[in-house]
Order: sequence, then structure tokens, then C-alpha cells
Amino acid sequence: MIRFDKVVKRFGDNVVLRELDFQVRPGEHVCLIGPSGSGKTTILRLLMTLERVDSGTIDVGGECLTHMQHRGKRVPADEKHLRTVRKRIGMVFQQFNLFPNMKVLQNLTEAPVRVLGLSRDQAEQRALELLEMVGLRDRADAHPSQLSGGQQQRVAIARALAMHPDVLLLDEVTSALDPELVADVLNVLKDIAKTTDITMLIVTHEMGFAQDVADRVLMFDQGRVVEQAAPGKLFTDPDQQRTRDFLRAVLERR
Amino acid sequence: MNDKWSWDYVAEILPDLLRGLLVTVQATALGAILAYALGLVLALLRRSQIPVLSQLTWAFIEVIRSTPLLVHIYFVFNVLPQFGITLSPLTSGVLAIGVHYACYTAEVYRAGIDGVPRGQWEACTALSLPRGRVWTAVILPQAIPRVLPALGNYTISMYKEVPLMFAIGVLDIVGRAQEAASESFRAVEPYTIAGLFFLALSYPAGVLVRRLERRVGYAQ
Repeated sequence: MIRFDKVVKRFGDNVVLRELDFQVRPGEHVCLIGPSGSGKTTILRLLMTLERVDSGTIDVGGECLTHMQHRGKRVPADEKHLRTVRKRIGMVFQQFNLFPNMKVLQNLTEAPVRVLGLSRDQAEQRALELLEMVGLRDRADAHPSQLSGGQQQRVAIARALAMHPDVLLLDEVTSALDPELVADVLNVLKDIAKTTDITMLIVTHEMGFAQDVADRVLMFDQGRVVEQAAPGKLFTDPDQQRTRDFLRAVLERR
Repeated sequence: MNDKWSWDYVAEILPDLLRGLLVTVQATALGAILAYALGLVLALLRRSQIPVLSQLTWAFIEVIRSTPLLVHIYFVFNVLPQFGITLSPLTSGVLAIGVHYACYTAEVYRAGIDGVPRGQWEACTALSLPRGRVWTAVILPQAIPRVLPALGNYTISMYKEVPLMFAIGVLDIVGRAQEAASESFRAVEPYTIAGLFFLALSYPAGVLVRRLERRVGYAQ
């Protein structure tokens, strides 16, 4: 479903990703863990086309995201090409990024109406179903500012799903939440992981959640994959010392 | 009767001064509408992806902001006719003040647009919203409430600068006062009343703007 081939990303002199190769199968749930600055979030931002690669290529669903054919040549993707490929991808952000000037319902219907071409009725019906799923159907007429962080994040998840993505990117979606609100959000995500076949790429510091939901966990450090394994193996018996150190540090922090 | 202040004289000149007030309010309102609209256009052009367009806009804004309004008024009224564009004094004045202030409101809009968090843009990208909708549905509805107080303050400034149009013969409040004073050789009453007219609108408007500022401040 997703394929990174020798992807390099720099910010100035800082090399965030060093010739990164990895693949994700359709429907697979992959958790990315590692210290901050290790490049996890950058992977999601490259997939969402919020950043551009410096070299290498990314394919999504058999289509090249980073490049396109132009007069028989392979050239960096233009805005139009990016738009068609990224429609298959949805993202949920650490800071929710709901539109504060719209009510909850309109947050969920705006893109389906404008981008997918649904009628307003269809979009609203679908939006209400999704709000039901995240337990917020009764808040459809609220403004985002009237909701708690956890509720806003659940709306943001519903908003991403309203676009029927094949791939869902979750960028530290519980990091900005008060501890008591985290469980509701994670339960919604576990539910989605169980009941849909959406491919999920999850950057998280919630190791318990990763253990529950991931098919595979990738440990990152300094722009490279240090180790990858099924969560049962990686969390209990990691091969690399770097992984052991990181896991110990995360567990001690709580 | 005090010979420094004559109420009879006040009664005599008041209708003319009120006519002047009407002209001032008209010029302010039309100029403000032009400044709000053109300012937004300039702000968007300034952000254009096409380098020539954004550089030309930048240059235009800098030139206008670095030169006096009175020069712009004379320019529109005296220079444009040589290029076949002849406008009435009031229209010339409105055009000049509107364009002049558009270069200030453009900066206001720019700050308002820059104040919308980056995450809002990213959410639009993640939802593949078309560019036009990003502006009309997400960015401007968040930017414009923030800039309303600043636009209000510029409107008050415009109101107080309309008298410059007297230079090309627009009979605004000050124009009318000047006429009355030179006809009767009595200056105290007309200028006092002219001043009071400005105070009577500027002060309450200023209070309203400050109230709006507080509300916008809370909303964020």
C-alpha cells in the first residue's frame, strides 16, 4: 500500500530521514515509535504532502506520490498530481486542527461535499453516522471551542474518515490531551482498527495502545529504522540495545 | 450677547455645515468600502505564487505608503485628466483616500491571514479542499474577525482625513466652515462646530472599536 524507497529528507543541515526504505501492506496497522526528532512525524507529513522529499520516492496504492510522468520523463509531482494521490490519504493531527469557524457537523461535511461531490444530505447523514461511532452525535451543532480536547480529537478522527481514506495517518493524536481523555480517543481508534480495512500509520508514545492495535512496530532513531517486529516481540524481547533503552525511558516516565 | 460667540450666526451656518458633514460621511463610507475591498485584493496579490505579481504589489504598497495622501488626491484630480480620466472632486477624493488606505488595510489583512495557525492550512491539505474553498471557508472567516478592530481604527482615521479633499474643492465639513469663515470674517463658530462634528462621531466610534477589540481578544 505504501512504499518508501531511499527517501531522504533534510531540514537545512539536519538530515531527518536517511535513505529510508519501508513498506506497509494494505490494511496493515503500523506503529512508529522512537525518540522525538527521529523522523517519525516527518514520514506522515511526507505522505500527507505537507513536506516534499529531497530524494527517493514514495508510492501509495501503486501510484507514485512524489513524482509523475511528464512528456515521457519522470519529474517531481506538481500540485495537481499531489491532489489526486493524496485524496486516498487522511490525517489526524496532534493539535486536532478542527475548523473553529464551523460547527462540528460542517467540519465533517465540508470536504465530502466540496471534494467528493456528495450532496449535502448524503454528507450530513454520513457525518452523523461517524459522530455516532465516535460517541458525539449529540454534539453535531456545537462549535469545536465548546468541546473538550478529547472530544475535538474524536471529531477530527470522524472528519478524516468522512473522506473514505484508504490510508489513515495518526500523528501523536493523544499527546495534547489531558490523561483522563486519552482512553476515549484510543478506544475509538481501536474500534476503527478492528472494524475497517483502512491502512493505519500511527506515531504514538502510548505503548499499550501500540501493543493492542499494531501488526508491526517500527523503532526509529536518527532517521533510520533501528528495528521492526510484531509488538509482542518488540516490546518484550527487542534485539537492539537502542530499543531497550528507549522503551525503558518511556516506561519510567509514566 | 457675547460678541465672541453668536448663536444666531451658528443657526445661520448650521445647515451648510450639516451638508458638509453629509459629504464627509459619504466620502468616508465610500472610501472605506474601497479600502476594505482593494486592501484584501492587494493582500492576496502580495501572497501570489507568481513572483512578478507579488513584487509589483509590494512596490505599489510601499510607494503609496511612503507618500502623502494630499499628493494622491492632487494626482487623481489633476494628473489623471491628462490621460483622459476626468473625475469629479468627490470621486477623485474617494478614489485617492480609498487606494491610499487600501495599502494600509492590506498590511492589516496580511497580519490577520498570518495569524491563522499553520495547522488550519495543513488540515485543508489533508482534506484536499480546493484552493478557493480554503480561502473562503477556512482562512478568511478566521482572519477577518481579528482584523475588524484595526479596520475600524483606519476608518476613523479616514474620516478625519477627508478634509484634505477641500484642496480640490470638495465641500466637506471643513470646507463649509472655511467658506463661512471667509464670508463673514467670523472664525470661532464654524471651526468650533466643525471640530465638534468630528469629535461627535470619532469618539463613540473609537469606544466601539475598543469594545470590539476586547471581544475579538476573548474569542481567541
